[in-house]
Amino acid sequence: MEKILEVKNLEQRFDLNKGILDKIKFKNGKFIKEERIVNAVNNISFSIDKGKVFSLVGESGCGKSTTARTIIKLIDPKGGNIRFDGKDITNLTGNEMLKYRKKMQMIFQDPYASLNPRQRVLDILTEPMLFHQVVSSKSEAMEKAFEILKKVGIRSEQATRYPHQFSGGQRQRIGIARALAVEPEFIIADEPVSALDVSIQAQILNLMMDLKEEYNFSYLFIAHDLSVVKHISDDLGVMYLGKIVEKGSKKHIFNNPLHPYTKALFSAVPKLSGTNLKNSKNVQGEIPSAINLPSGCYFHERCPYAKPICSKEMPIEKEVEKGHCVLCHQY
Amino acid sequence: MSIQVETSNKSQEKVNKWKSFLESEFFHNYKKSPTAIIGSIIVIVVLLIAILGPFFTVQNPYDMSNIDLNNAYKPPAWDEGGEAKFFLGTDQQGRDIFSAIVYGSRVSLIIGIAGTFLASAIGIVLGLIAGYFGGKIDAIIMRIADIQLSFPTMLIAIFLMSFIGRGITNILIALSLVGWVRYARTVRGETLSVKKKEFIEATKVIGLPNFKIIFKHVLPNVFTSIIVLSTIQVGSFILTEATLSFLGLGVPVTRPSLGMLCNNGFNVLYSGLWWVSIFPGLYIMIIVFGINLLGDFLRDELNPKLK
Amino acid sequence: MKKKLLQVNNLRTYFHTFKGTVKAVDNISFDIDEGEILGVVGESGGGKSITGFSIIKLIDEPGKIETGEIIFDGQDLMKKSESQMNEIRGKDISMVFQDPMTSLNPVYTIGEQMEEVLILHEKLTKDQRKKRCIELLKAVGISNPESRLKSYPHQFSGGMRQRVVIAIALAANPKLIIADEPTTALDVTIQAQILRLMTNLVKEQGCSLMLITHDLAVVSEIADRINVMYCGKIVETGSSKSIVEKFKHPYTKGLISSIPDLDKDKDRLETIPGIVPNMFNLPKGCNFSPRCKYCKDICKEKEPELVKVDEKHYVACHFPLREGEK
Repeated sequence: MEKILEVKNLEQRFDLNKGILDKIKFKNGKFIKEERIVNAVNNISFSIDKGKVFSLVGESGCGKSTTARTIIKLIDPKGGNIRFDGKDITNLTGNEMLKYRKKMQMIFQDPYASLNPRQRVLDILTEPMLFHQVVSSKSEAMEKAFEILKKVGIRSEQATRYPHQFSGGQRQRIGIARALAVEPEFIIADEPVSALDVSIQAQILNLMMDLKEEYNFSYLFIAHDLSVVKHISDDLGVMYLGKIVEKGSKKHIFNNPLHPYTKALFSAVPKLSGTNLKNSKNVQGEIPSAINLPSGCYFHERCPYAKPICSKEMPIEKEVEKGHCVLCHQY
Repeated sequence: MSIQVETSNKSQEKVNKWKSFLESEFFHNYKKSPTAIIGSIIVIVVLLIAILGPFFTVQNPYDMSNIDLNNAYKPPAWDEGGEAKFFLGTDQQGRDIFSAIVYGSRVSLIIGIAGTFLASAIGIVLGLIAGYFGGKIDAIIMRIADIQLSFPTMLIAIFLMSFIGRGITNILIALSLVGWVRYARTVRGETLSVKKKEFIEATKVIGLPNFKIIFKHVLPNVFTSIIVLSTIQVGSFILTEATLSFLGLGVPVTRPSLGMLCNNGFNVLYSGLWWVSIFPGLYIMIIVFGINLLGDFLRDELNPKLK
Repeated sequence: MKKKLLQVNNLRTYFHTFKGTVKAVDNISFDIDEGEILGVVGESGGGKSITGFSIIKLIDEPGKIETGEIIFDGQDLMKKSESQMNEIRGKDISMVFQDPMTSLNPVYTIGEQMEEVLILHEKLTKDQRKKRCIELLKAVGISNPESRLKSYPHQFSGGMRQRVVIAIALAANPKLIIADEPTTALDVTIQAQILRLMTNLVKEQGCSLMLITHDLAVVSEIADRINVMYCGKIVETGSSKSIVEKFKHPYTKGLISSIPDLDKDKDRLETIPGIVPNMFNLPKGCNFSPRCKYCKDICKEKEPELVKVDEKHYVACHFPLREGEK
């Protein structure tokens, strides 16, 4: 199977104290240099097959959104490399990236912040088309914009309206239409339905899947909601504190979760049957800070199966069955 | 889609825009706010007087051939010895005060408005650059702004004017050099918050060049605060100019502004000719009062942070 | 038969804006028993939060409670003055809000904010108050509470802050807690912790809980009874089990089937077509009729009333779904 995206040993860090003066702190009677670095993404690797949906799941602060933004080069990676369609794009500069920008697009989380309030829907769509010259003239761009809008379920007479005249779900449709405008091969969707009402969520998820069938692109889907992820993905990775602790096919992860954190996530999901919370035990505590990462396995402080080795050594990724990898000393 | 459809769409759109403005919350609140209505009436009347005034005045005060020394020292019409023709009286040279105010207000308003445009242009560009790029360029621009803010505005203006000399152009230069700082700070702050929005990230994902992102996507979204700031700024520039001219550092004597007129009358204020400087002074007050009423309303309505 | 703690009759809360009147809560009646957990679910714009705020009469301009009775513990809250309400709020009825960051004041310590409630509503000495604060923090699962009392809100994580908010809500031993989306801003593992904590505390203290949320799954996990709201009206009410298993209203059905189920594999999700109607311009007849696939002519003409379909199970629909029609 051909890969659309391969990520190897990707790292991303943010320095909280940017200036040199911020770094110097006065402590215990002397000046010391103190660094406060958020280790958002710590050495992760995964790949996405052409035409498939790969999801990254995890709780807030686990680095899943940062991973997405690093892959699409909104932020330059601090380590590792990213190969898109076989080409290394890790160190490409702005102009060299343009060719790939056309091929990778992004759908954002907040439908209220992701559209320019001062731009008409039509202009939101035609601007990227004209910029990347996917169309030869303005009138062709408009024609194409109407066509895309129809596909995502926005009527053509609504095209000259401004974003504030639409509901959240409709805005998300427009956001999807913008991503489609340049005919991408790969779309990163950063929590595209988490800000929407449930009934609208289902509409948008169906739309995204229909479009995938039609255009045959691949998705990197970022989400915290396991039931949504299960519905949409082929493969997935579970992230915790900037690490992928478990990855595999949907079948692997949902039928046979191995990592204690994955299991904890499953047991925390409220269910309509109303029995999940009552019957299961939950993990204790909260996600530690990404500034001072725990020693050894990042999960050991909350893990019910922690052994002495877990606090000392970071486990190595192990392929338990074909395509199903886990990062835990148990295996 | 043919071109014709597009144009008919556009005129339709204009009608719709006007309609939606009349139905908007902004217009609704405007109708309910007496201060806003009074403010805008004052501003409109002042503008009309400045534009149409020369058709109604008895003389052109700049044209010396119009002026008759025999008419000098006439008090306002309601005072003893006043003439209906010179409603607000005349000055030492026989110039009609009302005519002088009308012509003077044109100078004051032009300086106030043009100065605001220049100052905002400089401030907006620098603010956008500082806010969008951040880092060193931000630090440099904002430290210059900080240094300038640590001196009183008037002091800098006086210093500049005594350095470059009188004249309308020079006044505009001085005003934009003292006025850009407020724009730069406001615009930078707004830019910092707008640039974190996802729609800006979306333009980067598309790959748009920075200048396009800044002027097409950031600028329109900081525009409301620029409008609010500008209304107040016109008023404050009119005052600054008046002060400078009053001190003899502003406009040339040949084209007196309202501040200059006050200065003219000041010399004779204690000899009983109170009207020569009081009326121009009152008119400055009315203009600035009207502008500020309108500005306050705009600030309350358009500033999302106060809502 | 348990005693009724709260009875709301014909409550109407309208917002008079310049664009017209929004009937945010339109003629709803419900009750809460002592010790009961009532879930209120619906999508945004359903009027569920406004219902909560109406009960404690915290409705700001341009909103107004038009009519209705709110009988709490035998007294009609509608007849209370603002100062009498202030005594009831925080003491007999307390609230937990969605965003734990904004519901705590960032410039006071946790201890000061907890003590404030105790000073207002309980007569305790300083030492007793401190003891009570520590007890409360322990009860909500915060370790070493003595030292935590001196911390400021920003020193806590989101989940911890929500625990503190719950501790403050519990401080004066309220009879009713109204929780408005208390776990929406939290992660799933933390959400599970908070939900368990709230259920246990309610059971231990014997108070009632009104849980307002958009998440039907959360409600069905912990609530005894559920009100489903749509466009300011209660469209279905019944015990959690009967709502989830024997739902009668097409909207409830739509809500349930839009949730992707972890235990089942489905290719496409069932959806409710269309969007929530504009609140300024509600459809004639049943509010749900434009989106309902069972809609008949009468639905567009006549508004359905709540009718009894089962023990404690009421539905407002002209054509309630029969069982098996799923």
